Amino acid sequence: MPTIIKIENLKREFVVGSEIVRALKGVSYDIEQGEFVSIMGTSGSGKSTMLNILGCLDKPTSGEYYIDNIAVSKLSKDELAFVRNRKIGFVFQSYNLLPRTSALEQVELPLLYNKTISAKERRERAVYALEQVGLQERMGHMPNQLSGGQQQRVAIARAIVNDPVILLADEATGNLDTRTSYEIMSLFQKLHAEGKSIVFVTHEPDIAVFTSRTIMLRDGRVTKDVPVETKSAKEALDALPPSEDYN
Amino acid sequence: MNFSNLFKIAYQAILRNKTRSLLTMLGIIIGISSVIAMVSLGQSSSQNINDQISTMGTNLIMVSRAYQRKGGINMGNSNSQSLTVKDVELIKANCKNVAMISPSVSTSGQLVRGANNWPGTMQGGSPEYIEIRKYELERGTNFTENDIKEFRKVCIVGTTVVENLFDDGTDPIGQEIRFGNTPFKIIGVLASKGQNQMGQDQDDIVIAPYSTVMKRLLATQYLHMIYISAVSEDACDKAVEEITSTLMSSHKLKETDTPDFEVRTQAELLTMMNSVSGFLTVLLAAIASISLIVGGIGIMNIMYVTVTERTKEIGLRTAIGARSRDIMFQFLLESAMLSLVGGAIGIIFGLLLSYVISMALNWPFIISVSSVVISFVVCAATGIFFGWYPAKKAANLDPITALRYE
Repeated sequence: MPTIIKIENLKREFVVGSEIVRALKGVSYDIEQGEFVSIMGTSGSGKSTMLNILGCLDKPTSGEYYIDNIAVSKLSKDELAFVRNRKIGFVFQSYNLLPRTSALEQVELPLLYNKTISAKERRERAVYALEQVGLQERMGHMPNQLSGGQQQRVAIARAIVNDPVILLADEATGNLDTRTSYEIMSLFQKLHAEGKSIVFVTHEPDIAVFTSRTIMLRDGRVTKDVPVETKSAKEALDALPPSEDYN
Repeated sequence: MNFSNLFKIAYQAILRNKTRSLLTMLGIIIGISSVIAMVSLGQSSSQNINDQISTMGTNLIMVSRAYQRKGGINMGNSNSQSLTVKDVELIKANCKNVAMISPSVSTSGQLVRGANNWPGTMQGGSPEYIEIRKYELERGTNFTENDIKEFRKVCIVGTTVVENLFDDGTDPIGQEIRFGNTPFKIIGVLASKGQNQMGQDQDDIVIAPYSTVMKRLLATQYLHMIYISAVSEDACDKAVEEITSTLMSSHKLKETDTPDFEVRTQAELLTMMNSVSGFLTVLLAAIASISLIVGGIGIMNIMYVTVTERTKEIGLRTAIGARSRDIMFQFLLESAMLSLVGGAIGIIFGLLLSYVISMALNWPFIISVSSVVISFVVCAATGIFFGWYPAKKAANLDPITALRYE
């Protein structure tokens, strides 16, 4: 499988007052196409900084980051925006949906910033993405008419609508109860099975077991990079006692 | 990022906050509609004055008495005895730009018919008086040179006089009325002319031969005024010169002497009236523009709050590939759209307002194209100018901080 992400001796330093905070102290790893990687670490481990750099929202102080063979550290702000628009799909912990905007319009949003896509194609792709996350019945719903899990599904549809090279999820199950978390993980596993490459940032070990590889960060360094014996989220879901939360 | 996408993004954002957008627009709506209404009403009022003055005749020239000194005593204007019938004859003979001329003397008194009476003004003139003053005979006949020569007690009455003396519906023509103690026979009735721009009722008038009024009512040799109609509006200035030189020589005045008469044209009156109403228009428009500026600041205020409130949205848009210039344009476009839509509504309101007011005041309704165009340009400029700073602020937000903003 071709390498889609290549990170070489990546360092990121912040100047806070008169001190220099070293968030990443020389991180290296590769991610191949079709991988489902979890990046784990406690708070302060540098995983947020890692995610910002992976998402082209931030640039490393030194070291190299290639996504789809593009050297990100040499790009201008506008070129970074272009990479984010075409190569990356974001899923956030707090969904980050626009208020009073229908699911369909939420999903269309990334394509609005891509002028090569016509209005017709935009609509078709958004509909398809919503079908993939199982929300074909709720395209006209506003965020306040959707449950947390459904809102996160809209966010996932928005992240895959541009057919990204990599899907970046930042604690995507952090705001959800166990059952819904498993449902979302099952959706991620389904997308992974369909060939999507996913990086899942989390601090919960019981979520990381649904991925196929775990990179452990601690104090700005990779302490562990191991394949995972993947558990099926669907089975985990079935094994849960019947829900008492909903009827 | 093409423009239609940007447009879509901006109007979606505006529609998402309908109430707020409407309130924001309200400032602009009020500002623009007051500017439009003020300018339009100002122009209506000056058009109204123009129309009124034109109904008095644009080629009208009025010669009035100026003060006169007799043996060192200033006689004042109204006692001045400078204008005579001889002056009228001389002007008629010497001034080729004069088309019609009428001496004018007037006196007021009580008009009586049977049990009815009405305070009226008896206006003495020549047969041309009616035409010079833009009156029209509705019924009956005008008096003639013969009536003037023989001091006949005939008169032509206005509709107000008819209404008040002939409330029983009798045909006034051929009837006799008394002016004070002098009986006059009505030979004609004037068509109604309404009020003049000073609010005077122009139909409250009785016109009689000037000779009759001078001899039988006033017992005077002198005229109060001379009404002249120039051959055309353009000939007015030349006519004024001719009249002035004729009267100067007739009154045996040297060029350096102060004339004992005054020649005025309608054009002068028009200029004066227009300068007053023009000044008022500018003043009102200036006051209205202040509300427009306040409206613009309202937009800036809301946009500023909006940027803070929508920090997370800005972060998200950046994360999914919006460049800072896309964010900037989105916010600029939002404020421009708010002010342009507000402006359009304001223009409609303003025109409606001035239409209603001009109808109520019986003024002509004028749409000032220039004020509409200027308002629209001002709107766009307001939106962009006052949207600039908040848009800049939005564009410069750090996406990482913006995404984590709570």
